[in-house]
Amino acid sequence: MSELPPFILFYLGAFFVALTQGLLRKVLLIAIPVIGFAMLWQTPAGSYASFSLLQFELELFRVDKLSIIFGYLFNIAAFIAIVYALHVRDSLQQVSSLLYAGSALGAVFAGDLLTLFIFWELLAITSVFLIWARRNNRAYAAGLRYLVIHIVSGLIFLAGIVVYYTEHGSLAFNYIGLHGISGYLIFIAFGIKCAFPLVHNWLTDAYPESTPTGTVFLSAFTTKVAVCALVRAYPGTEALVYIGATMACFPIFFAVIENDLRRVLAYSLINQLGFMVVGIGIGTELAINGAVAHAFTDVIFKGLLFMSMGAVLMMTNRINGSELGGLYKSMPKTTILCIVGAASISAFPLFSGFVSKSMVMSAALNNNHPWVWLILLFASAGVFHHAGIKIPYFAFFAHDSGIRTQDPPRNMLVAMTIAAVLCVAIGVFPGVLYQFLPFDSKYTPYDITHVLTQLQLLFFSALAFVWLNLRKIYPPELPSVNLDVDWLYRKLFPSVCMKALDKCNTLTARLQRKAISGIDSLLNQARSGGRSSGFMLQSWSTGRIVSWVVGLLALYLAIAFLH
Amino acid sequence: MNNEKTGFFDKPKNIQRMLYVFYGVCVLLLLLDLFISRHIYHPWEKLTGFYPLYGFVGCVLLVVVAKWMRLFLMRPETYYDKEED
Repeated sequence: MSELPPFILFYLGAFFVALTQGLLRKVLLIAIPVIGFAMLWQTPAGSYASFSLLQFELELFRVDKLSIIFGYLFNIAAFIAIVYALHVRDSLQQVSSLLYAGSALGAVFAGDLLTLFIFWELLAITSVFLIWARRNNRAYAAGLRYLVIHIVSGLIFLAGIVVYYTEHGSLAFNYIGLHGISGYLIFIAFGIKCAFPLVHNWLTDAYPESTPTGTVFLSAFTTKVAVCALVRAYPGTEALVYIGATMACFPIFFAVIENDLRRVLAYSLINQLGFMVVGIGIGTELAINGAVAHAFTDVIFKGLLFMSMGAVLMMTNRINGSELGGLYKSMPKTTILCIVGAASISAFPLFSGFVSKSMVMSAALNNNHPWVWLILLFASAGVFHHAGIKIPYFAFFAHDSGIRTQDPPRNMLVAMTIAAVLCVAIGVFPGVLYQFLPFDSKYTPYDITHVLTQLQLLFFSALAFVWLNLRKIYPPELPSVNLDVDWLYRKLFPSVCMKALDKCNTLTARLQRKAISGIDSLLNQARSGGRSSGFMLQSWSTGRIVSWVVGLLALYLAIAFLH
Repeated sequence: MNNEKTGFFDKPKNIQRMLYVFYGVCVLLLLLDLFISRHIYHPWEKLTGFYPLYGFVGCVLLVVVAKWMRLFLMRPETYYDKEED
């Protein structure tokens, strides 16, 4: 029984959830990730559900140290998000979220490229409904853009697989590396899903447009599937170190000036992915452990932050920093839970981010990447600034917006509490997480140097925030949108297309006019045949016709003869 | 009539007190740098107060640059709406 690929449980669950309603549906929803976790717990490492299809060897369920930790993580994330969304009465969201979580599990356990490709596309198709479930024009358009970009990523992946198969004669999904065309194609496909710089915009565009509960699911799965795939296929690829450093750095600038607080979190999601990508690029045991551990803690604390902002959005119908403030009085529990998430993402000692992020930082320093380490240190200070301080400050404190509401329904508070407890538990007992990492870990996050330097970094970042605020230099939250790469395909490309279309239209119109005037003049000439000089109405004598025919036949004969 | 309780953070006095505590902790952390011999992994770290300085300057630069970016990145909220309705 434990050899059943985990996605089947979620897909079957989605089917039955669609058929049921009320209490039974809720019980089913909660039971699926619990059963999934228990089954995974009992599955020893190995290869299951393998079979041949045509000439391809497919492996649906490969359990090793890398896949199983993502398996545990996705079941935990699904459980928390399901509890958070338990009050929702929307079959579309509930069914698609189960299918989405199932696809993520299918992808991380895929032992061959074809299986991975199928779940790669299913991830996109099932998750887009969570965006469309917001049911407004903006969400519809953002969802469409999201879907197109992910389908393109899938097509590039497919092209890479075809080339890979011709080169290697096998579809087994193991180390690929940046070798040959297939290596680059698959790298690009993974990069799009992992929100590499310049192809990152689908994330910040679409995630904040989803429903309050949908975004929690979205933030957990897609990008972490890409991280898992990169760990397997591209460990130690140096390009990833620089790509990751860029990812950790540039989004924090956007996050500081962004008004939509869930979009701030989307930018900080890319920033956290940057740390993981750097770890994969360094590729040592410590670095890979750090990347995987950070993926684990990030899903939980980022989920917690998205949940707290989802609660704010649901209870106040607002999410812009410029319209919020002073909610700590009416949403005290949400405030505290949000602060736990903020402390975790900022990597305060005793919170989960501290024990995972520091592994990547140490690896960067140990492996002669001092500049990358310096950038990551800047990114650490920056993430505290925008996610650690800005999110709680502008939502719950700052000026009193006059909004009076209350804490969200109990199920949402329970889900947030579970995530908060996990954040603290992992921070206090890191060994519990470390034992599941792909490599044996002797890393000790808690030593006096590390704790002191991290506290110094964080407190003086906070001091900068206080100073900038008191001096009124800190940029106020303004109702606005900020241009990002999506401007290229939302503004520039459409406007260039419209201009080209206009040009085409005027050209066609001119050609039409010319053609019509040409036909007119031809008709006029023909009409003028009333007089015998008209070209079309000239009568030909029989002799002239016969001489033409003879001439043509002679020409034909000559050609045939020469041939 | 307003029956609402005044929140802790509504009183400027409370905020001022919290800030004093916060400044105190900052000074303490800076002083600890003098007394605790940190493990040095890279020559840059040798500088006393490297981490506090880097955190403070880094964040001020971050905010100043981000604010400057608004000059050419910021658009009204309805900027994309026309195409999507």
